[in-house]
Amino acid sequence: MAQAARDFPILRTVGLDGLLVTFADALTEPANRATLAFCQAVKACAWTGVLEISTSLASVYIRFDIDSLRHEALKDLVLSLLDQQDWQQAALPAGRRLWQVPTVYGTDLAPQLGEAAAAAGLSEAQAIESLGSARVRVLTIGFAPGQPYLGPLGPEWNLPRQTELTPQVPTGALVLAISQFVLFATTAPTGWRHVGQTGFKGFQLGSQQPIALRAGDEMIFTPVPRSDYERLCEADPLFGGASREEIPA
Amino acid sequence: MKGLKVLRIGPAASIQDRGRPGHLDQGVSCGGAADLVALAEGAALLRQDAGLAALEMAGIGGLFEATVPLRFALTGAPMAASLDGAPLAWNASHQMQVGQKLDIGAPRKGLYGYLHLGGGIASEITLGARATHLMSGLGRAVAVGDLLPVGADRGREVGLTLAAEDRFQGGELRIVESFQSGLFSEEVRARFAETGFERGSRANRMGVEMVSQGEGFAAAGQLNILSEVIVPGDVQMTGDGKPFVLLREAQTTGGYPRIGTVLPCDLARVAQAQAGMALRFRWVSLEEGLLLQGNHDKQMRALPSACQPLLRDPAMMQDLLSYQLVGGAVSAEADPFGEPHDFGDTP
Repeated sequence: MAQAARDFPILRTVGLDGLLVTFADALTEPANRATLAFCQAVKACAWTGVLEISTSLASVYIRFDIDSLRHEALKDLVLSLLDQQDWQQAALPAGRRLWQVPTVYGTDLAPQLGEAAAAAGLSEAQAIESLGSARVRVLTIGFAPGQPYLGPLGPEWNLPRQTELTPQVPTGALVLAISQFVLFATTAPTGWRHVGQTGFKGFQLGSQQPIALRAGDEMIFTPVPRSDYERLCEADPLFGGASREEIPA
Repeated sequence: MKGLKVLRIGPAASIQDRGRPGHLDQGVSCGGAADLVALAEGAALLRQDAGLAALEMAGIGGLFEATVPLRFALTGAPMAASLDGAPLAWNASHQMQVGQKLDIGAPRKGLYGYLHLGGGIASEITLGARATHLMSGLGRAVAVGDLLPVGADRGREVGLTLAAEDRFQGGELRIVESFQSGLFSEEVRARFAETGFERGSRANRMGVEMVSQGEGFAAAGQLNILSEVIVPGDVQMTGDGKPFVLLREAQTTGGYPRIGTVLPCDLARVAQAQAGMALRFRWVSLEEGLLLQGNHDKQMRALPSACQPLLRDPAMMQDLLSYQLVGGAVSAEADPFGEPHDFGDTP
């Protein structure tokens, strides 16, 4: 297949019963903005036969009922919606929240801060300053229930994944690679570097809203001393002292 | 609570239904029974809703005792089964009285067998379904001492049987191109369909490894792909170009490129293939795939009317006997899945 220049957004099928609308082949803020806004718009259209809509970093996925909706018909609907505005300039959806999460950087709780800082060409103090002041967006939720991909971080944090997996990081671990954070919602192995530890549980089975975060939410991982972190986790075992406020539309 | 007491059970038995579609945006994949055909067959045999939950048994069955009279059906990979020592027909519905013991052994072929209760297994519903999803922390494997609670059973009929579609010995998997197929050269895609594969040793409810001789199936520019949505049936190439067919419990997103998507109607064939079974892929167009899937869905809807009374005539016994001989003896490994594997380009 010739690698001809492609015009985004592009439409491609996903298996038998899915359509993928992709706004870019790399993660950028405008592409993620377009993704979030277009997802919201498709939901608002409530097209007959559409079963599920979700987003990844720069794509919107639409799954539909192949008995009641034809591929071509859905493509037409999507194309005419795409034409309605410049989605890269679209306003972000309403109802987003800003979360500020107390975070211990480094120490034995998050042992790979030093390594990540060195790879980024920074001292540990500079790394904490950079990561602890970054306001990142929930780009997508995926891989495991309630687990956010967050970013984008600055280009200095465009670090490759490790070649070896870390056997296990705990729930609330803040890990970093390719200019993104993942905030672990479960205990799992990872190929990303464990730079911070929070008391934030993104998936709380049995609570009224088991999944705390939504794509489009924003987060700041505020540096705190370990003693504060331990006190906050004890007082707030579910969110580790995180605060939450609505972002005005 | 009334139901079925678990006296003995294999290591990977779990309660499954059709899963929880619609939660991708929360990072929760659909999951559900590895063999949806078996789920539909059990529902047809008990004349009940196909959305009810059943017990999925992987590689080995268990021993169960009824604490209440109940109807049950057995489907999926045919396993040796007896009630208080009397052999039972597989792919059939039966009656069980209080205190009777149901003994289910190893599969004659295939991997996943299913035990359905009249009224379904009425376990707790989480995120809209009863399906156990271990990686997502939803439910747990069934253990000795558990009681499988039985739901209200409005039906009475037992002694029905169904001819099972043979999906237990590998074979052909129909595959359509998907959004990343273009990352693979035409040569690689053609070679993929010309290659004979064996089901590898690394497999579980998330995905199944395919092993072949010779060169792997690498994508061009494989290193720089954004993580994208995963759907059941996606055939993912790991770093060394080795294919894994992802099943319904695969993670929701992944960064490994996917050459195409196996039709949903062929996924039971993947899940039910034991290690070493021969499998191959055949490309079909989207139109052909839609047609094949449509025909399959029609067959699933017709299952209730395909049920027949269970007869004990000699011709059928002969049939059953040959069935066993053809299947051969299968050793029941303690763990049918072999070693664990990172299917998903773990973040």
